[in-house]
Amino acid sequence: MTAPLLDVRDLSVEFPLRRQRLQALDGISFSLEAGEVLGFVGESGAGKSLTGAAIMGLLEPPGRITAGTIALQGRRIEDDAASVRGGEIGMIFQDPLTSLNPLRTVGDQLVETIQLHLGLSGEAAEARAIELLEEVGIDPERRSAFPHEFSGGMRQRIVIALALAPEPKLIIADEPTTALDVSIQAQVLALLRRLCKERGAAVILITHDMGVIAETTDRVAVLYAGRLVEEGPTADVIAAPRHPYTAGLMASTPNLDAVSVDTVLPQIPGSMPGLTALPSGCRFHPRCGDAMAECARIAPEFADGVACHKYSAVGSMKGKGASNGG
Amino acid sequence: MADRPYLDVTGLSRHFDISDPFLARVVSGGRKRVLTAVDDVSFSIAKGQTYALVGESGSGKSTIARMIVGLERPDSGRILIDGQTAFDEAGGQAQDDHLRQKLQMVFQSPYSSLNPRWRVGDILMEPIKAFGLISERGAQRRRVDELLEQVGLSSPDAARFPHEFSGGQRQRISIARALASNPQFIVCDEPTSALDVSVQAQVLNLLKQLQRDLQLTYLFISHDMAVVRVMAHRIGVLKDGRLVEENEAGKLIESPQQPYTRMLMESTPRFAGGVG
Repeated sequence: MTAPLLDVRDLSVEFPLRRQRLQALDGISFSLEAGEVLGFVGESGAGKSLTGAAIMGLLEPPGRITAGTIALQGRRIEDDAASVRGGEIGMIFQDPLTSLNPLRTVGDQLVETIQLHLGLSGEAAEARAIELLEEVGIDPERRSAFPHEFSGGMRQRIVIALALAPEPKLIIADEPTTALDVSIQAQVLALLRRLCKERGAAVILITHDMGVIAETTDRVAVLYAGRLVEEGPTADVIAAPRHPYTAGLMASTPNLDAVSVDTVLPQIPGSMPGLTALPSGCRFHPRCGDAMAECARIAPEFADGVACHKYSAVGSMKGKGASNGG
Repeated sequence: MADRPYLDVTGLSRHFDISDPFLARVVSGGRKRVLTAVDDVSFSIAKGQTYALVGESGSGKSTIARMIVGLERPDSGRILIDGQTAFDEAGGQAQDDHLRQKLQMVFQSPYSSLNPRWRVGDILMEPIKAFGLISERGAQRRRVDELLEQVGLSSPDAARFPHEFSGGQRQRISIARALASNPQFIVCDEPTSALDVSVQAQVLNLLKQLQRDLQLTYLFISHDMAVVRVMAHRIGVLKDGRLVEENEAGKLIESPQQPYTRMLMESTPRFAGGVG
């Protein structure tokens, strides 16, 4: 058994403030094999972007990793992410305009990236840049154009070409299509998935959209208030979500095939707590319809793909005897 | 009454001049360039119903919304609201307070559409005072409390500032402000696209419940086919400023006639086995 491509164990991230420390990520563990597409889903503030930033070593100070390990092919990188950033691990951000240099042509930017990471000569790098542009569906003739001359979807294709240029083992895509129209979103996601599969590169796709998860990922990890609440093969999680939050998230997403104007959407009451006011025990319990007495006191362990007392020994023991407290 | 639509829009058009400045044109020999944002759009909404306009960015859906509430002047066409002329090519824009009071708008971003320096109570009080709906102060305050309760907030919230609320709660405040003038017609411009899904469901359900309770008529603008399916009785599909297809919501979703509508539906991410 070789080490997985990426192995993250008990990752915790904190933001120290004057009076308290905000725990933004609490004991996140997951691993990823080559060629696999793992989706991170959750609402704003759940910690999904922060997980990506922690892996890349891009945490904004004073945020810092306080515990846990990140290993790329068995090599620990949590203290030295700069050595893999942009090379072995590529990143795609939400807004393509901010990740491209507005003053340089896209061809120049590609050639520079290729030369820096692959050490090719000018001519070979140029040829490689042309290949990459063709692969992402952009006419190589346009390599002398500047980023502002492209549409949003085209720019995101260029960003994908840039991320793929150093032949990375892993690409972290943080809401790569949120700024795009749906028709373009579908094309860009399909392109990203195909190119990574062809190269055997793994992808972490960060999104808030369960539909994007369902159509693009192999496995999914659901985050809530800084904790991993459920993880598993996408098809299984979609077909039978186990954590009440995952189930609620899916139920409240309108599904084109199943709704009409008479539908009352199932809703999760309240909203996700801020980091300054995290509830005790399971962080979802104040919004959970299945909450038991234990849930407010004891944080559920993540085991067997889910962190919920409904599936743990505590839950099944106490669940039988205790009357439903409402 | 039964036959007259609540909102009736005919031949609405809006062009934007996107040419270079005059001198630059003289120097470079460039021509005048005109962008047609909305091109001869006609539709109507029955009282108490929701009409949705869907389309991608640049399709002209927000421009139509802004023209109907009077934030933007159409170049041609006619807008009738409850039988009254809101805009007529010949007569121009009506500046009628009585008409203004009947229509309100809920904007996309609850972060930029609420004055950060005003308490929620003052935000809700302004339409009441501006239209002179209630003059006695105690009664004004009771109305504010009632509005807050209608949207699922509580009376102590009146003393707080917008930044103390989450995105979903802020959108509830926007809705309460829209309701403050007792409108009959609300234009909702992507009211949930800045919100998380679990909160989106809350706001969509609230809008539907208010429609039932207060017999409101909605024009609902969105890019999300699934959201539109939940909200609308009728759907119009916009592409490059033109209405390419329009039908009763169920029929449009089940048998879309235009390739563009079909493409929009096919690109909507979906998952099998979801709860409706």
